[in-house]
Amino acid sequence: MRKIAIYGKGGIGKSTTTQNTVAALAEMGKKVMVVGCDPKADSTRLLLNGLAQRTVLDTLREEGEDVELDDILKPGFKNSLCTESGGPEPGVGCAGRGIITSINLLEQLGAYEESQELDYTFYDVLGDVVCGGFAMPIREGKAQEIYIVVSGEMMAMYAANNICKGIVKYAEAGGVRLGGLICNSRKTDREDELIIELAKKLGTQMIHFVPRHNDVQRAEINKKTVIDWNPTCEQADEYRALATKIDQNQLFVVPKPLAIEELEALLMEFGLAA
Amino acid sequence: MIEHRPDAETAKKELVAKYPSKVGKKRGNQIQINHVAEDGTVPMVLANSRTAPGIISQRGCTYAGCKGVVLGPTRDIVNITHGPIGCGFYSWLTRRNMTDAGADGENYMMYCFSTDMHEQEIVFGGEKKLEAAIQEAYDIFQPKAISIFSTCPVGLIGDDVHAVARRMKEKLGINVFGFSCEGYKGVSQSAGHHIANNQLFRHIVGLDDEIRGSKKFRVNLLGEYNIGGDAFVIEDLLKRCGFELVATFSGNSTYGQFANSQTADLNMVMCHRSINYVAEMMEKKYGIPWIKVNFVGAGASAKSLRKMAAYFEDKELMERTEAVIAEEMVKVEASRKRHAARCEGKTAMIFVGGSRAHHYQELFTELGMKTVAAGYEFAHRDDYEGRDVLPTIKVDADSRNIEEIHVEKDEAKYRNDLSARKAELEAKGYTFADYKGMMPEMDSGSLVIDDINSWETEKLIEMWKPDVFCAGIKEKYVIQKMGVACKQLHNYDVGGPYNGFAGAINFYKDIDMRVNSPVWHLTKAPWQTVEEDVAVAEPVPA
Repeated sequence: MRKIAIYGKGGIGKSTTTQNTVAALAEMGKKVMVVGCDPKADSTRLLLNGLAQRTVLDTLREEGEDVELDDILKPGFKNSLCTESGGPEPGVGCAGRGIITSINLLEQLGAYEESQELDYTFYDVLGDVVCGGFAMPIREGKAQEIYIVVSGEMMAMYAANNICKGIVKYAEAGGVRLGGLICNSRKTDREDELIIELAKKLGTQMIHFVPRHNDVQRAEINKKTVIDWNPTCEQADEYRALATKIDQNQLFVVPKPLAIEELEALLMEFGLAA
Repeated sequence: MIEHRPDAETAKKELVAKYPSKVGKKRGNQIQINHVAEDGTVPMVLANSRTAPGIISQRGCTYAGCKGVVLGPTRDIVNITHGPIGCGFYSWLTRRNMTDAGADGENYMMYCFSTDMHEQEIVFGGEKKLEAAIQEAYDIFQPKAISIFSTCPVGLIGDDVHAVARRMKEKLGINVFGFSCEGYKGVSQSAGHHIANNQLFRHIVGLDDEIRGSKKFRVNLLGEYNIGGDAFVIEDLLKRCGFELVATFSGNSTYGQFANSQTADLNMVMCHRSINYVAEMMEKKYGIPWIKVNFVGAGASAKSLRKMAAYFEDKELMERTEAVIAEEMVKVEASRKRHAARCEGKTAMIFVGGSRAHHYQELFTELGMKTVAAGYEFAHRDDYEGRDVLPTIKVDADSRNIEEIHVEKDEAKYRNDLSARKAELEAKGYTFADYKGMMPEMDSGSLVIDDINSWETEKLIEMWKPDVFCAGIKEKYVIQKMGVACKQLHNYDVGGPYNGFAGAINFYKDIDMRVNSPVWHLTKAPWQTVEEDVAVAEPVPA
């Protein structure tokens, strides 16, 4: 089983990209589990065709000690398995601790065991690596591969660079590696060149450039992934391409985060030359 | 019998030599060889500074200082610990604070209230559970007041205990207030004392202006916690002398006494470190002056009583006070002579608190014993060197982290008569707010050690072999295994009271028994000491 975590700046499209990629992998016949690590619990909505499921933490709260794997793991598109960590309302409690609790519970309940015959586990993690809890999926070898969703916008690149710092921190102890940057296009100037260059400087690759297309939003409105909503559209093929590249990926590195000046110089070079 | 004992200079070098250079340099500033200069000044001690990681300190946490020390002894406030169960349970009556439940019988000290936070509250927030706990406590007991103490996780997850307190105060119609006393704040429990002082002053003091009891000679006793019944002894003394004790902060105290405490004419500060903030704030707002007193030691008790009586300049009060002192001193002297004969020349070390390490030296001196090394766990420089150094204390970031309440004069309640009396008395040489600290009263050449740790404790005992080492439960058994008597001065073991004259007699007897017990010669197994001829002391007379 390959264990993959998807990170990236808030609002960059991590959940959308993850679910569409998982849909493509599932279509290829892979058995995939998605673990949503966001208190909003919206990381599996498209695979489940709705927000119908109870989160791990809600279940734990209501059922107490008597929790079964079936209570928290729901079948989604093409036999994918979906679970949501859940967490507190905004402004209270500790979401980070919640993620730690729910991943531990999933482990104890045997969600990762051989008998599950999983090919992939995907962790879809909220925002930046803000604290210990949000770093949970890359600690202690829970995820081995990280993909960072990024765009040509400055703050998205800052966030990607920061996430790389988090990976470096855990690379030694947990053995986690960066598998590449996924560019989720915002149609900024020379976006593909910029991200290829950023990837190169970080010591990794831009694994795929996902063009911006309204079909993604159309599918989302219908609570579906693109492949589920319209398997023949162009965007569906983009996600299939991304899924294939991840499936065949051989380049796993400990990234070399950039100094802020380097990052800004990169932006100047590509931004000004436009 | 007397082995070679290294001098203070060598001893200090030995203690510090073990550390890495940076830590050693810091400890070097926290360990001083006392020297009282002609003008009374003493060396500077680095105090109220962070303990270096890795050192096993005696210190407690901010929560312990706030809940355990200052608010713990008050009987009719329901004190709820907001946090996991351990913090509440292990701070529950371990200090042996006693209380007299009085006519109303309202006493919650034997209960342990906690929100028993679990992982669920950590993740989802604990405010709802806290609200439910307050409601439940109210439904069962209908107390006058409920207070909330924040433990570490509360600060981390950001539960707003003050907002909960405000909501519940409005809902229940009783006083509800919270303390942001998370354990990790500050460098020691001292931060917790300050936080407790602030909230007592902000939420309770001044709520009730009715004068009850005598209109004359009204006093508050600040920084006395009724360990082993200490406050009972002082209450009795003050009553016999003719003083009206309005409130004690906080030994054997009630909510009502705090609320009424601004009706006193004089504040007496005993434990300077834990309570001077309330004294200062009460003087600013209500014009009540404060003096430093000490009821540990017969001589110190007499001195304190005389100073109190002198403040009121009342002939009858002074005479009654003298009569009480004379009566008590007869009993004290008889006991003192008997025990001093057996204790004279022995040595003591005292490492506790922020005042006790100073105060208890009085009792040892009365026994003819010498305090060769002493220090505090959580004191600040003024507790060592005296309040004269206050303007020179550097306020570091850790101290700034603790709120300093801005207090203004209360025009309606301000006692101009008292501030006038203060000015008049000062002109005659009477001193107020004049704590001189521990060091000026210690011999030159004795060791003063702030925030002593386990390594230094053991090394010091090994080098200087004191007859008694005063500390707390964490140190007790290590000390005794080294063949040295230990007297706990946090909870008094099972003894006390030690305050006032009756307390002095208890202490003389206790120390005599301890230092003269034959057991200390028997702590080594026969195969460890073959040559030593054990001298068995006579039994202690009753």
